Amino acid sequence: MADLTALPARVEDFAGLAPLDHGSRFTAAPLVPATRFVFRGREAAIEAATAAFGLALPRTACRAAETADRAALWLGPDEWLLLAPDGEGEAIAAAFREIAAPHSLVDVSHRNTGLDLSGSEVAAVLNAGCPLDLHLAAFPVGMCTRTLFAKAEIVLWRRAVDRFRLECWRSFAPYVHGVIADAALEYTDEG
Amino acid sequence: MLLITCPWCGPRPEIEFAARGEAHVARAAPDADGEAIAAALYLRSNTRGLLAERWRHVYGCGRYFNAVRHTVTDKFVATWRVGESRPDLGGEGTR
Repeated sequence: MADLTALPARVEDFAGLAPLDHGSRFTAAPLVPATRFVFRGREAAIEAATAAFGLALPRTACRAAETADRAALWLGPDEWLLLAPDGEGEAIAAAFREIAAPHSLVDVSHRNTGLDLSGSEVAAVLNAGCPLDLHLAAFPVGMCTRTLFAKAEIVLWRRAVDRFRLECWRSFAPYVHGVIADAALEYTDEG
Repeated sequence: MLLITCPWCGPRPEIEFAARGEAHVARAAPDADGEAIAAALYLRSNTRGLLAERWRHVYGCGRYFNAVRHTVTDKFVATWRVGESRPDLGGEGTR
């Protein structure tokens, strides 16, 4: 009988899809496997979570906070997406278990998968599916939000002027990849 | 595309939102008769003009919020968070 206690190996679904490399104009690379949690809680739990996660959860709407290897993305006034390197899930869950205030911490590492998008035309490619204003004035570096990309729900995080992190549910990966691949055709280096 | 101002996230495209119907509908009392319960459940003001509504930023912060929208022009006159008091609309708006 199968061993049901062992978690299956973590797979990043984008890694199995064709790489999208159009040089300096647009490149999409699958993210390395990561630990991801969705944390929800009220005031007392939010403060305790700062100590448990080692990072102050951002309280400004649509902003992310990060340290060298961890990040907290504001998704809602009581909801954050927590990112950490693969393999740290057990330790993070154990730390949050010590929080007495009511809260919820859900491991979504296997539910989500992600792409690292970069290039001078990255905003234009994203705008093929995402109606948000991605101009730097409206969507500055460090801003993150849940939104829609074509028909899929995504989390979009601007890491640099021309670099985004896109997170989506793993079952949407082939669809999101397909829309991005189509949109990126316009921005091949050959023109 | 119509932009709706989420009281948490700012102006965002319409497709991120879900309309959740008329706001401030009083629930029927627990001992009310069937007609009063049916009225509270199903009868709405069907206003032509400014109407207070609940909306949800479902593909964003996920929050419910209050809005006053003109049902003819679709113009959003105001949006505000749940629990906050309604902004002064200069005597406009319904209910």
